[in-house]
Order: sequence, then C-alpha cells, then structure tokens
Amino acid sequence: MKNYIYMDNSATTPVKKEVLDEMLPYFSEKYGNPSSIYSLGGKSKNAVENARDRVAKVLGAKSNEIFFTAGGSESDNWAIKGIAYANKNKGNHIITTKIEHHGVLHTCQYLERQGFKVTYLDVDKYGMIDIDELRESITDETILITIMFANNEIGTIQPIKEIGQIAKEKNIYFHTDAVQAIGHVKINVDELNIDLLSLSAHKFYGPKGIGALYIRQGVKIHSLIEGGAQERNRRAGTENVPGIVGLDKAIELAYENIDEHNEKLIKLRERLIKKVFEKISHVRLNGHPEKRLPGNVSFCFEFIEGESLLLSLDMEGIAGSSGSACTSGSLDPSHVLLAIGLPHEIAHGSLRLSLGDFNTEEEVDYVVDKLVEIVQRLREMSPLYEKVKGEK
Amino acid sequence: MYSEKVMEHFRNPRNVGEIPDADGVGQVGNPKCGDIMKMYLKIEDGIIVDVKFKTFGCGSAIASSSMATEMVKGKSIDEAMKVTNKAVAESLDGLPPVKMHCSVLAEQAIKAALLNYSQKNNIHIDGLEDFDPDEDPHDHH
Repeated sequence: MKNYIYMDNSATTPVKKEVLDEMLPYFSEKYGNPSSIYSLGGKSKNAVENARDRVAKVLGAKSNEIFFTAGGSESDNWAIKGIAYANKNKGNHIITTKIEHHGVLHTCQYLERQGFKVTYLDVDKYGMIDIDELRESITDETILITIMFANNEIGTIQPIKEIGQIAKEKNIYFHTDAVQAIGHVKINVDELNIDLLSLSAHKFYGPKGIGALYIRQGVKIHSLIEGGAQERNRRAGTENVPGIVGLDKAIELAYENIDEHNEKLIKLRERLIKKVFEKISHVRLNGHPEKRLPGNVSFCFEFIEGESLLLSLDMEGIAGSSGSACTSGSLDPSHVLLAIGLPHEIAHGSLRLSLGDFNTEEEVDYVVDKLVEIVQRLREMSPLYEKVKGEK
Repeated sequence: MYSEKVMEHFRNPRNVGEIPDADGVGQVGNPKCGDIMKMYLKIEDGIIVDVKFKTFGCGSAIASSSMATEMVKGKSIDEAMKVTNKAVAESLDGLPPVKMHCSVLAEQAIKAALLNYSQKNNIHIDGLEDFDPDEDPHDHH
C-alpha cells in the first residue's frame, strides 16, 4: 500500500503520466505561439485545435463552440457575467441554487450588487432541486438558469435533462457548472439542452489552470477577458498550450473507459459507505443514495468537529476534506450542508472522501479502520458525547 | 498552518477527561459555532490540584484546552485568573488569526469553572465580577 492515501479527488487529481508525457514537449520544444505564422507556431495551433475537436466530440458539440479558459472559476464567471451583461435588455433575473460552487454563487452575488435579481433555489435533504419550484420561479425577466451538474461536496447529480427542457421551452439560457461531473458522467449538450457548460482539467487527471467553456452557437454573450483575438475574439490571452494539450489527453483517457472507471469507483464507494455504517454509530451519509458522483462519499460524524478529524487523518497519512467552519476560515459550516437541512453542530462534523482511479479496496479498508479509531478518540474527548455514552 | 507545539498538544492532549467530584465545572462555547470546552477543577486550599477538560472543536481548540490546563495545574486561584488567552496562544507558539477565539474560549473555560467554584462555595474571586461565561468569544476577533 502507498504510504499516503489520497481521497480528495474532488479537490484535485494527480496528472496522469500519459497526460504529462503529452504536455512536456509543449514547454521547451514546441513552444511557439499559436498565433504566429511560422511552422513552430503552427504546431501549437494544431495542438490547440485538436484539443478543441476532442472536447467538442466528448460533449456532442461543435468545435467552434469550445473555448479554453484558465479553469472552472473563469468559465463560471464568463458564462454568468457574459450572459447577464449581453442580455440585460431582455431581463435582469437569474435563477441558481443555494448549493452552487462559490465560482457561481459569488458571481451571482456580484451581479446582485450590479442590480440583477437572483433566485437561489432550495434543495431537499438529498441536495436535489425541486423542478416545480424552478418552473415557478421563472419570470418574464429571467435570462439565465445556472445549476450545477453535480455537487462538489455531497456529490448529488441534478435532474439536468429536465432543467434543460424547461429552459428550452421558456427560451432561457441554461448554464451548468459541470466541473465535478466531467470525467465521470457522459454528457451530451444537445440531449440535455445545455447552452453553456464549465469544465476544468485538474478534476480528471489533467493539469491545473486550464478549463473550457462550452457556448452553444448563437448564444448572446459578452467576453470576460478583453485583449487579443485568441479563441475567435472571445477570450483574449495567449493560449496555455501545454495545459490545453494536457486537457485533451486527460479527457480522452477519462472517456475511453468511463463505464469501467465508474463501475470501479462505485464499488469502492459502496464498500466505504457500508463499512463505515457497520463500524461507526451516529453517522449519516450526505447527498443522494444513488444519484451521486461515483467517487463521492460525504459523511457527518456526530459529536466531533471536521477539522480535528482531518488533522487526525493526515497524521495517519490520509487526505480528505470537510465542510466544517474551521476548514473554511469562516464561522459557518458549508453552505451546502446547511442547505440540505443539517443543523450547524452536525454539519461541523462532516468528512468528504472522494475516490479516484488510484484508490484500492485495501486503502478503503485501511481508511475505515483508522476512522473507527479517530472518531472514537475524538468522541471520548467531546463533551457532547457524554450524554450519548450514558444512554448506552 | 499550525505550529509544531499546537500539533503536539493536538496529538497528545494533556489532562483529557472528567473529574467526577470536581469543585468547579465550567462549560463555554456552543455547538453551533463548532466549539465547546468543558473544564473541571479540583481545588484544595486555594490551589488547583487537578484539572481535566473535554472539548468539541477543531485542532486549535483541543490544543488550547490542553495548554490551558497545563498552565493552571498546581497554581493558585489568583494565578489561574491571570492566564489570558494571549498567554495560552503564546505558549502554543501562536495561533492563526482566525483561530484566536479558541484561546479566548480556553481562558473563558477556566474562568467559568472558577466562577462555578466561587458560587458553590460562596466566596469572592477578584476579576470575575463582570465575567459572563455565555459571552460569545467569536466577537473577540
């Protein structure tokens, strides 16, 4: 077994060797600027266009609908601000959810300060939106629906097809932050009626700092980054060629064996969940039991606090994450855990373990054994646990 | 993020537990904010002869509780009253700014236990006149 067990694949993933090998020549050999007319530039240009073709193919889109960005947050900002500003003569209302990634949430809050109106849809205890509530919240002013494909903390996958259908019927643009879903879920933008989609390479074994925004042809949108004529005049800045090449290879690998990959992850996920429930009391699983990302496991352990749990896991060589306030630098636990109705004190004890291609059954078993010890130790230290112990 | 001292106290917290026949017990914090400290004191002839704690909270909350118990053990009530949150944080080689409230909580837990002792025994402790154990330490940011 490896001496460090990495179960934070929703935060980021290691760059796969095959991906890195593809990228390396584009740093110091094929370093030309894609905009240059000589052959060295041409090599870079070809690499960028090949990657664009690949991403388009994976999404069932056209190549001229794919725009490379610096990652998920830029894609989210571009989609939301770009649509808002380009369509404000049509309306000033945006619909999103309470459980979006901050890339979307804070962008919507920014637009509220600029005079736009935003509806933040509630979610149920599984983190699922209510389609009827979405339908009812649409007004004549609504110009954009932005709802994440899958949640980064609790893994819940939204009814994207229904949302897309509603948006299409009402002639409203539909953006989805698919940063957590790409590489794990098969997505066809036409079948799902998606108009804009954000993705980021480092969530599926590609490099950090590179992502893309899919923009359906004909969508009226402003640019976010002004400058040169790159990306057909819509996103200025010399292309991150090694990053784009890495994204290309990573998305190819992710989708060439996606069924096998998901099957493996789901097996590991279910093993982890089952064992934790067998061995630890007063624990709950956050998110939807079935409609969740293959590698996402999110627990709340009562009577203990998430940061203590993470530090203890780290001391055992295990990497995970938590939505506890103490890990976010604020006083409130994660907005996602509060939105699914967890009381503060329970939300503070959250632990997300996100599984990836490199995790094994042996690692899962080891992590469960360590969790049993750690949770027990922290509970023995917790004044909240005394009463429960007394009841036993 | 944390000093080696904080991590050391987190790994091996001193004086964890309860004192069944404690002379003073104090609890501060609230589960909503993610930290609760409970402090137990055994006091003989004005000297804190034993101290134990239980804490629900993050790494720095546990380390702060542990350090605070070490700082008051064997001390007189007056000396214990002089253990400030700053002193707790300094003894831990500092805490990140967002975690300073943990040391405030530790100071308050000691005072809350002393207040409980003074009320039970109907004695006066200098410095506790205006102490409110329910005050929210997060306001001290």
